[in-house]
Amino acid sequence: MATYVLRRLALMLLVILMAMTVNFFLPRAMPGDPVEQQLQQLSAGGGQTGDLAATAASMRTRLGLDQPLWRQYLIYLANSARLDLGVSIANYPQPVIDAIRAGLPWTVGLLGISTLISFSLGTLLGGLMAWPRSGWLVRLIGVPVIMISAVPYFVLGVVLLASFAIAWPIFPVGGGYPFSFLPRADWQTLWLIAYHGTLPALSIVLASIGTWAVAMRGMVVGVLGEDYITLAEAKGLSPRRIFLAYGLRNALLPQVTHLALTLSHVVSGAILVEVIFAYPGIGYRLYQAIQAKDVFVVQGIVLLLSVSIAVTTFLLDLIYPLIDPRIGSGRR
Amino acid sequence: MSAVLARLSRERLLLFGLLLILLLAGIGWLGPFLVDTRLAEIGATRARRPPDMLHWLGTDTQGRDVLAALVKATPKTLEIGLLAGLIGLSIGGTLGLLAGYLRGGVDALIRTLADIAMTIPAIAVLVLVATNVRTMTVEAMALIVAGLAWMYPTRAIRAQTLSLRELAYVDVARLNGIGGLQLVVTELLPNLAPYFAASFVTAVSSAMLATVGLEALGLGPQNELTLGMMLYWAQYYGAVLRGMWWWWTPPVAAIALIFIGLLSASAGMDRLLNARTRTEG
Repeated sequence: MATYVLRRLALMLLVILMAMTVNFFLPRAMPGDPVEQQLQQLSAGGGQTGDLAATAASMRTRLGLDQPLWRQYLIYLANSARLDLGVSIANYPQPVIDAIRAGLPWTVGLLGISTLISFSLGTLLGGLMAWPRSGWLVRLIGVPVIMISAVPYFVLGVVLLASFAIAWPIFPVGGGYPFSFLPRADWQTLWLIAYHGTLPALSIVLASIGTWAVAMRGMVVGVLGEDYITLAEAKGLSPRRIFLAYGLRNALLPQVTHLALTLSHVVSGAILVEVIFAYPGIGYRLYQAIQAKDVFVVQGIVLLLSVSIAVTTFLLDLIYPLIDPRIGSGRR
Repeated sequence: MSAVLARLSRERLLLFGLLLILLLAGIGWLGPFLVDTRLAEIGATRARRPPDMLHWLGTDTQGRDVLAALVKATPKTLEIGLLAGLIGLSIGGTLGLLAGYLRGGVDALIRTLADIAMTIPAIAVLVLVATNVRTMTVEAMALIVAGLAWMYPTRAIRAQTLSLRELAYVDVARLNGIGGLQLVVTELLPNLAPYFAASFVTAVSSAMLATVGLEALGLGPQNELTLGMMLYWAQYYGAVLRGMWWWWTPPVAAIALIFIGLLSASAGMDRLLNARTRTEG
C-alpha cells in the first residue's frame, strides 16, 4: 500500500515538474525577445517615446532575465511554489494569482456539479443499456445521447445558446450573474448564479453523458457474462438486485478509472464552454488573456490546469484501493 | 479482398461513419462547381445578408459568402485532422512497437511518458505552444496538435505487440533466424494493421477535437479558413447574439457531422476488431 501511494505521489510530482518545465522553457525556446515585444506593445498603446533599449535593459534586470538560464529556472520553480506567478500585463499590476483566484470558484463549481450529474446519469444509462430487461425507452434515449457525445462541448453550447437564450429567451445569454448585480451571501445570489449557470452546465452534461454511458455499457456487458451473475440468477435473486448489487457495482470501479483518464478531456471541453457563455471562470479568463496577449496570465492558467488535474488524478488514485482492495496490495 | 469487402459491408456503423466523412470531403471537390470560392475572401460581396437566391447560405459581417467559406473550410479542416492523425499515429505506433517489442526499461519509460502526457490537459499545452507561434499555418497547426494525439495509439499498439510477440509463429520466425527489425516489419506489422487503422481513427478524432478547440480560442491559422475559424469569427462578431443563424449554423453542423462520422467509424472499427478476436481467439 505504501509503495502504491508513493508511486502515485511520485508520478504526480513528476507531472507537475514537467508542466512547470514546459511552461518555463517553451516560451524561451521561441524566436523573438519577449521584453522588446511587450515594450513595443506597451509603447504602441501609450504612445511612449524614449530610449527603448535602455528601458528593455532595466526591465530585463528587474525581471531577472539577465541571470543565467539555470538560475532563472530555479527562481521560477521557487516562485511558482510560492504561488507567485508574476503580474498581468493587460491589468497591470494585478498579480496573476489574483486573476486565477477570482475565476477558480466559478470553474470548480460549474465543472464539479455538471460532471457529477453527467457521470451519475451516464453511468446509470449505460448500465441500463447493457441490461437485457430494460425497455425500449432506454434504447430510444441511448442512441441520440451517444451521437451528441461525439460533438465538442462548446459546439453544443453554441446550439443551446442560440436555442434557449436567443430564439426562445428563457435563459440569460451569458455571465455568472447580471451585470448590474452585486453578489452577496444570500439565496437570491445563489439563485441567480444557478440560473446563469444552467445553460453552460447543460452543455457539459449533455455532451459528456454519452461518453460515460458507452464506457459503462461495455463494462456491464462484460460483467453480465461472469459466472457469479449466473449463480445469482440460479439462486433466484430478484433481477433488480442482480442488476444493482452484482452488475452495476462491479462495473463501477473501471468507470472511476475512466473518470480519472478523461478528466483532462472534460476540463479542456469545459474551458471552451465558458468562452461561449462568457462565464467568469478560468476558461473565459484564459480566452481574454489570449486575446490581450497577456502571456503571464496564460502561463499561470495553463500551469494551474495541469497541476489541478495532476492532483485530482492523484486523489482518485488514492480512492481506488478503498473501492477495490486488490489495488495497492502489491499486485498491479 | 472480397472477403474483406463482405465483412466491411456487414459493419454498417463503420461504413456509415466513413461515408459521412467522405461526403463531407466531397463538399470540397464538388463545391467549387456550385459556388465561386473567390466569394470566401473578405469583402468579396455584400455583408450581413440573410440567405437568398444569390447567396444560398447568406453572407457574414466581413462580406464573405458563407457557402463559399464552407466549401473552402471543410476540406481544410479534414486535412488538418488527417495530417495530425497520421503524424500522431506514426509517433504513437513507433513508440508502441518499441515498448511492446523491447519491453523492460524502454517500455517503462514510454509508458510513463504516455501516462504523463495523458494527465496534462491537452488544451493547456496547445494553448501554450500556439500563443508562442508567430504565424499559424495549417501545417504548423497539424504538427502542434499531433504532439498530443500519440498517446492512445501508443497504448493500443503496445498492448497488441505485447500479446502478439508471445504467439507461436513469432517464435518460429525467431528460430528461423529472423530477428530485430526484420521480425517486427515482416511478422508483427502485418498483423497489427487493423489496430493501426483503429488507432488512426482515434488519433484523427482527438487531433480534430484539439484543433477545433484551439481555433475556437482564436489560436488557429488566422489567414486560413477552417470550420473552427469560421466558428471563431462568428463568435467574435457575435453572430449568435445578433440572430445571424445562417452564419454559425453551417460550421456547427459540419463540425457535428465530422465528429459523428468519426465516432461511428471508431465504434464500427472496435466492433470489427472484437469480432476478429472472438473468432480467432
